[in-house]
Amino acid sequence: MTQVVEKGRERSVVVGKVGLTTNYAVAHAVKDVDVDVVAAYPITPQTTIIERLAEYVANGELDAEFIPVESEHSALSAAVGASAAGARVFTATSAQGLELMHEILHIASGLRLPIVMAVPGRALSAPISIHGDYQDLMNVRDTGWIIYIASTAQEAYDTVIEAFRVAEDPRVLLPVIVSYDGFLMSHTTEPVEVYDVKAVREFTPRRHGARPLLNPERPVTMGALATPDWYYEIKYQAINALKASRSVIDEVDSEFNRRFGRSYGAVEGFMLDDADYILVTYGGAATWNALEAAKEARGRGLRAGVLRIRLFRPFPTNDLVKKLADAKAVAVVDRAIAPGSPVEGPVFKDVYIALREYGVDKPVISVIHGISQRTMYVRDFYELYYKLKDIASTGNVPRESLYMGLR
Amino acid sequence: MGMASGQIKVGIRTIWDVPKEEYFGPGQLTCAGCGPSLAVRHILKAAGPDVIVVNATGCIEVTSTQYPYTAWGVPYIHVAFENAAAVASGIEAAIKALNRKGIANVKAKVIALAGDGGTYDIGMQALSGMLERGHGVLYVLYDNEAYMNTGIQRSGGTPRFAWTTTSPVGSRVRGKVQSKKDIMSIVIAHHIPYAATASIAYPIDLMNKVRRALEVLDEGPAFLHVFAPCPPGWRIDDSKTVEIARLAVETGVFPLFEWDHGRFRLNPPSNMHVDKSKRKPLINYLKPQGRFAHLKEEEIKAMETEVDSYWDYLTRLLKAFG
Repeated sequence: MTQVVEKGRERSVVVGKVGLTTNYAVAHAVKDVDVDVVAAYPITPQTTIIERLAEYVANGELDAEFIPVESEHSALSAAVGASAAGARVFTATSAQGLELMHEILHIASGLRLPIVMAVPGRALSAPISIHGDYQDLMNVRDTGWIIYIASTAQEAYDTVIEAFRVAEDPRVLLPVIVSYDGFLMSHTTEPVEVYDVKAVREFTPRRHGARPLLNPERPVTMGALATPDWYYEIKYQAINALKASRSVIDEVDSEFNRRFGRSYGAVEGFMLDDADYILVTYGGAATWNALEAAKEARGRGLRAGVLRIRLFRPFPTNDLVKKLADAKAVAVVDRAIAPGSPVEGPVFKDVYIALREYGVDKPVISVIHGISQRTMYVRDFYELYYKLKDIASTGNVPRESLYMGLR
Repeated sequence: MGMASGQIKVGIRTIWDVPKEEYFGPGQLTCAGCGPSLAVRHILKAAGPDVIVVNATGCIEVTSTQYPYTAWGVPYIHVAFENAAAVASGIEAAIKALNRKGIANVKAKVIALAGDGGTYDIGMQALSGMLERGHGVLYVLYDNEAYMNTGIQRSGGTPRFAWTTTSPVGSRVRGKVQSKKDIMSIVIAHHIPYAATASIAYPIDLMNKVRRALEVLDEGPAFLHVFAPCPPGWRIDDSKTVEIARLAVETGVFPLFEWDHGRFRLNPPSNMHVDKSKRKPLINYLKPQGRFAHLKEEEIKAMETEVDSYWDYLTRLLKAFG
């Protein structure tokens, strides 16, 4: 990883290196930022987050109200209520649960509530599958939330801390999703450096009262009815806030680096300086397998690179275009499908549009892989690099998504 | 039996004891003669300023919060249709946590307010969850017996035979086929500290029940089922809202009662109505209402049998828990 460790970091902020699954790393971060309310409902592969949080509350390690709601719809609804009353709130879900929340996702961003939610990505029914991909996340990309996709347990831990700071910033006031690979990350143990609680809390200061809250001392009406006379303007404020959040996201990431010695950026590039062929990925498994393949390809003289999208919404158009501008051919690896679209990779569409918007015209292909955790082999990515080379030299760019790993 | 006459804790004895303060402002967009808006006005008067109201989508929500205006003098939030109880759970939990951790000092009781569609039907799951978890929230169901906001469609709270736009009167089906859901029994089955029925025709009874309900919230949830006629939906004259609501009680269609810590009480005037001869004839209630205009003799008879059978059930409750 290309993490920047600034010289000034005080090593004392790291209190230990522990083995944590990404789910447990997320729960640890939620405890470290001292949330007030957790509302959650079990669903695989998210469940171990809320199990761990329930334990923290039961042991007195986290002073929070744990609301064991009767559905994900109520989980997010309770989170909305708690956030509107001024609490620091966390919830988590996956797949069908995220779909059940869908209505309230739009409301949480429309009401400008700084809720943080973890989403280990999972395939959607039918047929029912508990295994990982990002179909659930792709279905909620237009709900107005800030969305990060982490690639390691450490990054998930760090990103949850950053997420609270970003969400609650008075210049932002938007909910944040921190997503990552279901199972391949959520249930895989990795070494994670955890920080001194005091340092984490200093980094995520309480801003109680910095936004309107439900309190009889100063009555406000939230969730009012807007006629066509007003709806557009009010909605546009939230849309604009999402766009404008980017500068705060960057600022928080830099300050995180100063304090904790880690920074991730909106996109993360690997061996991109001279890369001719680039795989665009998101999440852990796709990225790290692509990186292995890139190293192998480089061993054989092919200038291969990987660009990982970490900040998915607001989409880091500029950063992405800059990193891809000099490539000869690009493949976007999606672990989700947009059925019936001209090309069926959902993130492919974002990348393609971003490049065209900036007048960058080069071969870009859409690759679908890892659906319901179909194994993504390093050799698959390796082959992709050679496919890109072929495409660049022949100019024969496939017009349809390439379904890898499909029997 | 009979002995369980209305022994509710009396704070407001006459109309002169009713607080003069208004927390539900004038100028909302409800129809003339709106029953639910009367209910809200009385409930807020009884509750006073230290409350936070969570309102489900519905008539009261759309008519009271049209941006940039609001009728609410107390903190108010509307989120969606089916989740008032869940949102209220979150607010109650937030107040507990913030106060305990010394982050804030919020002195407010939480009131969830939803119509019959938002309670009997789409909000039932969230309500049951809130009651089961024991949140200290007063949940108020204002019952106008159909989805009035979308234009008079039947709900689980619509009475049998009533005309609505989705239970029309045709040659083969004549109004709603099914009976009204017994919401109070469902709520009481959660064994919460306090649940009561009330009516806009008996505002003093209503306000005292609001006060009693707010008193018990430290122990757990409270529930109020408030009967509130809708003139356009029931096809009654705008001036008849209160009269019809009173007739619902006097004919025994909507009995006033309380479930207080496992004890069942009938309240005046319903405490006299175990004796059927003390109830006014059902026809007095049905006749002025256009939604029942199609009823034939045998259908009225069938309704009367339903009312009698509900009273039989209440009488047995009174024997067991009075």
